[in-house]
Amino acid sequence: MNAQVSVLLPELLLAGMGIFILLVGVLGRGSQRLAFFLANFGVLASMVAVVGVGERGTETFFAGMLQLDRFALFFRLLFLASALLVVWLSRPFLQRAQQTAWEYYALILFATLGMCFLASGVHLAGLYVSLELMALSSYILAGYFRGEVKSHEAATKYFVLGALSSGILIYGLSLMYGATGSLSLAEVSQKLAAGPRSVAATAGMFLLLAGMLFKVAAVPFHVWTPDVYEGAPTPMTAFFSVGPKAAAFAMLVRVLWVGLAPAAADWRLLVSWVAAATMVWGNVAALTQDNVKRMLAYSSIAHAGYTLLGVLAGGPLGTQSVLFYMLVYAVTNLGAFGLVVLLAAKEYAGEKVADFRGLAHRQPVAAFAMLLFLLSLGGIPPTAGFMGKLYLFAAAVHAGYAWLAVVGVIMSAVSLYYYFRIVKEMYLASAGEGEGVAVLSEAWGVRALVVCALATLLFGVYPTSALAFLAPAAKIVPW
Amino acid sequence: MDFLVAHFSQAVFLFLAFFSLGGAVGVVVLRQPVHAALSLLASFLGVAGLFVLARGEFLAAVQVLVYAGGVMVLFLFVIMFVNVRAVGKEAQYLRPLVPLAVVGGLLFSALALTAMWALGRRPPADAFPLVSVAGQEVGNTEAVGWILYREYLLPFEVVSVLLLVAMVGAIVLGRKPKEMEKA
Amino acid sequence: MVTIGHYLVLSSVLFAIGAGGVLLRRNGIATLLGIELMLNAANVAFVAFAKQHGNLEGQVVVFFVMAVAAAEVAVGLALLVAIFRRLQSIDVDRLSAMRW
Repeated sequence: MNAQVSVLLPELLLAGMGIFILLVGVLGRGSQRLAFFLANFGVLASMVAVVGVGERGTETFFAGMLQLDRFALFFRLLFLASALLVVWLSRPFLQRAQQTAWEYYALILFATLGMCFLASGVHLAGLYVSLELMALSSYILAGYFRGEVKSHEAATKYFVLGALSSGILIYGLSLMYGATGSLSLAEVSQKLAAGPRSVAATAGMFLLLAGMLFKVAAVPFHVWTPDVYEGAPTPMTAFFSVGPKAAAFAMLVRVLWVGLAPAAADWRLLVSWVAAATMVWGNVAALTQDNVKRMLAYSSIAHAGYTLLGVLAGGPLGTQSVLFYMLVYAVTNLGAFGLVVLLAAKEYAGEKVADFRGLAHRQPVAAFAMLLFLLSLGGIPPTAGFMGKLYLFAAAVHAGYAWLAVVGVIMSAVSLYYYFRIVKEMYLASAGEGEGVAVLSEAWGVRALVVCALATLLFGVYPTSALAFLAPAAKIVPW
Repeated sequence: MDFLVAHFSQAVFLFLAFFSLGGAVGVVVLRQPVHAALSLLASFLGVAGLFVLARGEFLAAVQVLVYAGGVMVLFLFVIMFVNVRAVGKEAQYLRPLVPLAVVGGLLFSALALTAMWALGRRPPADAFPLVSVAGQEVGNTEAVGWILYREYLLPFEVVSVLLLVAMVGAIVLGRKPKEMEKA
Repeated sequence: MVTIGHYLVLSSVLFAIGAGGVLLRRNGIATLLGIELMLNAANVAFVAFAKQHGNLEGQVVVFFVMAVAAAEVAVGLALLVAIFRRLQSIDVDRLSAMRW
């Protein structure tokens, strides 16, 4: 039993630090800087522990609840790294908003804890409670800054639609349990493969799928995304668009390809149409947005659509491309939203496309960083986004979804239009028109952006070692 | 009389089903939040009865304690806090949302199909595994405890963090903003 | 004899009523009540299946769902209180600063 508890060290550190931060906050001793450094310390210690615990192959822990394979290792590192960058990006925002932030940092840690369990969970009951832990923390974080009505609105919409989707998900789980008699992914898969599928299994599968597609914000389950991303505090928007989304993809890949693999023919049909609709609608709706956060929200919907191609393709190639894309998308999107965080004089400024006007003339470095992130989101070489999309589309073609790859390429071209609207404002509008907003140079925010920009370039120019690291992770998929 | 005895469990089931569904309908159609909440209470109690019927005595007790005891008090407290009379005057339903109706219809037909499938199936008469541990009869509560704290220890701990988050969240969201405190 | 079918019919109707409440009602409290109904419907199905399979896993999951439901209610009601403080209303349709 001792050996088992020790594998939980990363999660224990996260939870322990979260509780410690709450306690220090309640006692009222210490500055905001202390909270910031405690949060940093907790996340970094947890990262070290993840590496220390390492991989344990296909062995399961806690009576078949967790599996600490390369897949789990990668995703947990990704979540912790995103959490770290979000904590850095929150610093300028919190200073400006003059908010106390003890609970804020603690909730980020608890949300990350839920995501870590989503990455390593192989039992549907465990996955459900982890998903809820992540979601509940996110709802609270969306409404954390109560100065703005928009923040309330975002939290309420997130909450109501999130609760609805988790209701659908749990009903799907109950039907799945009824059809197979178990909630362990491995046993569900065995039962599904053993005989003809019952109506309950099919209905349960689709309800479960609907619940998970809601969490990754795929069309038609995306309606919450634009409002939540627009209304939530910007560092939290960055967090939602990266952490919980990647966690939902981790769960989606694991559930579909480990638990529901015997029924692949059925869910693939549905997911392929959902992927096509998501790519088309996300990009088309983004065209007309004037609010940058809202535009990036639709863009993140579109990116979920591209990623679904890799999920559909499955196999080592498809899974590897999904993991790589999540990595690429995380650094790129954190960078783009991070610039919006820094680009602000007052609380909700930096949101209009016009706020970027003439940025290249005033602050060329910041404008160049934004250009880099936008190129990566649009999938232009030599950025990471290009390599990521290349692998996704290649996997889709390889698995016989050439038509979806074509849709993806066309829609990527469409997406360039709205990404370049920002580029045009930054580079082509003259400085004299000066409605633009300056970029703050808060130390931690800038550091986060530098990390994101370097990673965006690195994975674009030299993706080999990242891909080599991810190749064994794709083995969770049995074929 | 013989008929009643033979169909006793069915009669009880129908009675409880009437309670849970009637309460549920009340939740959706009753205008006043207090009435809707009390109607939900009836539904909860009906469901608790169903749990007993399906050999989930422990869950039935938890259902009464957590829902009737905890959740319902929370609801009533908040309903008293917000101005109920002002709420009653507003329109009750959202404008008809066609896509939602379509999604809802599909969802419901999927469920109805499932229910049809299940109608012909009978539960095993023997509920012994639900009240035993390692072949020894111990009662439902002990059996649930046995599996909860062994196989399901990890989700149990995650849920404990979840409850902490809920507590923190309720405090963070519920406390007055600074500018309001001054006013 | 009460079969698994009886429970499932009941549970699916309960779920549909709850989902209808969430989707249609404007009052924030009624929305939360609808969510509770949906989770209860899933619980009924879980308990019935647990009996059918002679397997306690279903009952244990119900325990978790109840805890999650209680946590959701606490957060949801706190949100409603916060909204009421600001708007003097808990009509979710009034939250329309952004396009819906």
